[in-house]
Formats: sequence, C-alpha cells, structure tokens
Amino acid sequence: MPLTIQYVPFEEVSDLDSERKIQKLIRIVKQNKLVLMEGTLTSQEEADLIEETMETIDSKFKGVEITSFNPTEKNSRQIQDKLKQKFMEMIWGRRRGLTIIGPANIVREIRKDPNRIQLFLSSRGR
Amino acid sequence: MIKRFKDFLAGIFLAFKNKKHIKLGIYGPPNAGKTRLANRICQDWLGEEMGKVSPIPHETREIQQKEKVTVQSNGKKLSFNLIDTPGIATRIDYEEFIKKGIDKKEAQTRAKEATKGVIEAIKWLDNMDAVLVVLDSTKNPYDQVNITIIGNLAARNIPVMILGNKVDLKKANLKKIESAFPQYKVLGISAEYGDNVEQFYKELFKLVK
Repeated sequence: MPLTIQYVPFEEVSDLDSERKIQKLIRIVKQNKLVLMEGTLTSQEEADLIEETMETIDSKFKGVEITSFNPTEKNSRQIQDKLKQKFMEMIWGRRRGLTIIGPANIVREIRKDPNRIQLFLSSRGR
Repeated sequence: MIKRFKDFLAGIFLAFKNKKHIKLGIYGPPNAGKTRLANRICQDWLGEEMGKVSPIPHETREIQQKEKVTVQSNGKKLSFNLIDTPGIATRIDYEEFIKKGIDKKEAQTRAKEATKGVIEAIKWLDNMDAVLVVLDSTKNPYDQVNITIIGNLAARNIPVMILGNKVDLKKANLKKIESAFPQYKVLGISAEYGDNVEQFYKELFKLVK
C-alpha cells in the first residue's frame, strides 16, 4: 500500500480555531496519511494535539509521530532575536516552517536534528 | 476601608501560603528517569521512595505527590511538594508492552491508563510553580515531545531546569541537550547512582526562589 502525503497549506488552517485545526489534522492522520503542514503549531496547540491524540487512541489508532521544523526560529537567549521572531510572527502568522504528523502505525520514528529530519517507516502498518 | 484592609491581609496570607506550598513538577518523556529522580530526592530527604520504577515505559500512569519535602544545602532550607508525572508521549501501543513480556489484557489496560496519564500530566502543567524536565542524555533531545513540554512551560513563564539523566552511561551526550535548549540551565545527573546530585540540590535553590 503506498503512503499518501497530504499537503495542508497555511491558508487551509489559518482561519480555524485551535480545536478545529487539531481535529482536522488528526482526521487526516487517522486516514493513514502523512500530514505535511505549511507552518507550525503553537506550543499550546501541540499540547492540545497530544491530549486529543490520547483521547483517540484505541486498538487500531496507536497515536502519532510529529515534528516541526522552522529554519528561521532560533533557540537564542538574545532579546533582539526573540523580538525579531515575535515581529515576524505578527506579520506572517505561524506560516514559516513545516510540521510533519504521521500515524504511529506507519511512522515508527521521526528523528530530527537541527538540519535534517529522518522518517523511519514501519513495515507492519503498511 | 476595613474591607480593603481585610483584602490586603488576605492577599498577604495567600501569597505566604502559596510560597510555603511550592509545587515542583517532574516532567519528561517516558523512561527518562523521572521516578528514579523523585525516588532519589525522597530517599535523600524523607527516607522513603515515591514510586515504582521499571524498564517498561509508562510505569508511572498517575500523578504522584509527596508533600513537604525539605531540601537543605549550604545552611539553607527549601520546602516543596514534589509532583512526579507520567511520561508524555504522542504514541502508545499496547503491542509494545506485549513485546516486553506483559500479557495482552494487562498490556491493553496499561495502554489505556497510560493515555489518561499523559492527559493528566498535561493538565497539571498549569499547577506547577517550577519544573524539572528530565531527559535521557543518551537519546536525541530534539524529540518533539521535549520541545512541546519546554515550549509550554516557557509560555506559562514557569521556571525550568533541564536535567540530562543517565550521564553514567557511555552514550550520554549532554552537549547535545545544551545545544538543543541553549536558553536553559542543563545539568547532567545520574538519578540511579547519585552522580552530581549535590550540585542539583544547590541549583534547585536558584530555580525555586
């Protein structure tokens, strides 16, 4: 069975409130598709996504693997870097970067380091 | 005027009361050594353990709390309620527990309880006054769960200390944790063998001011 990657452009989720956005993403993942979303979730949305995932887990749905990648976001202590990031976020929203969410029965592991993301797929779920 | 004075006194009382009941949470992914650390703290200062540890993930599936733990360092005392939380994960597969030798029914129950534990741990984030994030220093720190936990604590302005646990192991890489989270104090410890635990107690006073 081929793995389907569903691209979710920023415009498709930017007008949704957090709850609807998360429900939409989980709905796609539960169809055994890999979500490639333009932009990133807030940390609160990520926590909500984990909660919603836990509520949804059953004998078939084992959860998700998630990672996000924002090359413009720096883990800096500098106040000017933080202000710059906030300013960019005000203008662009959270459009910058990418979020990958996959069903745990297909994506065994996502390994990320600062410059690359590796997806390890499970042969069992496919 | 009298009412305002009463409110003022109540405010001071509340602040004092809250200060005396600092909630120190222990967060992290499964099997990072959270309960092992909680046991180390409780054993050192209360003479008893807090919870059971296991190589099988999600051994802690409910919030565990020890009240009035008093730590002493350099002649100073620090009292807090210690809260050990279930490991936060994005996936829970009962079949993984079966592979570790648990029978199917028990594995399914464990998985169900583990999902509830994750939800409970997330909900408790709002109750914490300070948090120790325990990471396994032999694993990749860039895991999204770690980023989500630390991001949520930052958004709530909760003071955080990151502990790179299991530094006694050869594969431990504390530098990688430091590079992943340069904004935070990262301290390497071994909760199992007690490496650097004295330093950890000293740092605790800086975290919980």
